[in-house]
Amino acid sequence: MNTNLAITLITASAAVFCAGAQAETGKLLLTGGVSSIDGAAGGGLTPWAVIGTNATDGEIGGSAFITIAGTRDYGLTIYGAAVGINDRFELSVAQQDLDTRVTGTGLGLPGLRLKQTIFGAKVRVAGDAILDSDSLMPQIAVGLQYKTLGSTGLDPTLNALGAKRSGTDFYVSATKLFLGQSLLVNGTLRATQANQNGLLGYGATLGGSENSYSLQPEFSIGYLVNKNLLVGAEYRFMRNKLAKAGATAGLGNGLRSEDWKEIFIAWAPSKNFSLTQAYVDLGVIVPATTASRRQTGYYLSAQVAF
Amino acid sequence: MLFASAAQGQIIAVKDDQLYKAFGEKAGLIALMGDFMLRLLADARTGPHFKPANQQRVKEQLVDQLCSLSGGPYVYKGADMKSSHANLDIKKSDFHALVEVLQASMDAKGIAPRKQNEMLALLAPMNRDIITPR
Repeated sequence: MNTNLAITLITASAAVFCAGAQAETGKLLLTGGVSSIDGAAGGGLTPWAVIGTNATDGEIGGSAFITIAGTRDYGLTIYGAAVGINDRFELSVAQQDLDTRVTGTGLGLPGLRLKQTIFGAKVRVAGDAILDSDSLMPQIAVGLQYKTLGSTGLDPTLNALGAKRSGTDFYVSATKLFLGQSLLVNGTLRATQANQNGLLGYGATLGGSENSYSLQPEFSIGYLVNKNLLVGAEYRFMRNKLAKAGATAGLGNGLRSEDWKEIFIAWAPSKNFSLTQAYVDLGVIVPATTASRRQTGYYLSAQVAF
Repeated sequence: MLFASAAQGQIIAVKDDQLYKAFGEKAGLIALMGDFMLRLLADARTGPHFKPANQQRVKEQLVDQLCSLSGGPYVYKGADMKSSHANLDIKKSDFHALVEVLQASMDAKGIAPRKQNEMLALLAPMNRDIITPR
């Protein structure tokens, strides 16, 4: 996966839009969510049950996004695209590019960039997050994300830890906009083997197998200030799969991970464009090389959707 | 305050008339529906559906319906949603378009976003009877 492919996909989304049955696709503002870091529609950190793009029943839509985030010791650039079909199926692809800065240098790999490609598929199985306002029934979707980490100088280290370079996450999400209270709520349950969302590989075997799937809950809450503006917060529980391997490798607690969280503002001036700004706290990431500094910082994402 | 029943498909009912008052009571709703109908006719997506309709009658029925839903002292006696929208080939995107037009009208009349969403919460479930089943 490289820039050319990403650009091709973004162009393809635009082509799908132009060729589509409707000149203007039909979702209400912000109801396709924004593009999460893994490329699926949802909040910034978490996939929601909403199906992305502006396509509603009987329509096909496309979306594309770019996200930049910076914490104390890392920089992250993400770009991707998605196709939404019938407001029921969503296919997405995203490329994450992590600039490891001091950690790369600390590992003897100055300038190390970790690139992860994520292919996602999501199906809405029940409910309507917006229009079922006379019941407590949420919109429910199930999805998977196939993630693969590109080959870099970090490969030998990952091999030594017994971490694989690809893996698949499975999740189920329930999302509802309580219109009467202007309140959006999402709960996601993710089954994953990933270390730091996959950026440090999948599972580990050094010191004992940590390859089983863990269940990690993720929560989002948002207040719809008006139809163009959603403010909220997200919390992703993270399992600590590399901690044991790190300790066995003599790094003490140096590879432990912590939960991810953010507070965000999502602004959609029109149906075709949204901008999300967030303050993220990703906890410690490879504390061994970053003096256990908390990785807090900014997150900025722009999405176009048809 | 909204009362929501946990049972699927139960209509949310309002406990008092605060929403009715927030919309300017009957006079406010008459003005709102007047503006709404003009916008519906002007919008390329909804215009074709509303041009052939008896617009005055639709406006009056909308006023009665919103008065009743929002806690006002009226009982809606018009046709039910299902029969009045049968065979009109209404798609989900048409329904969304109508919601957007209603939002534009409510914005124009200066109704607070929170109150707009409370009204939409009462109207949204009607989509099941309005959208033509495929």
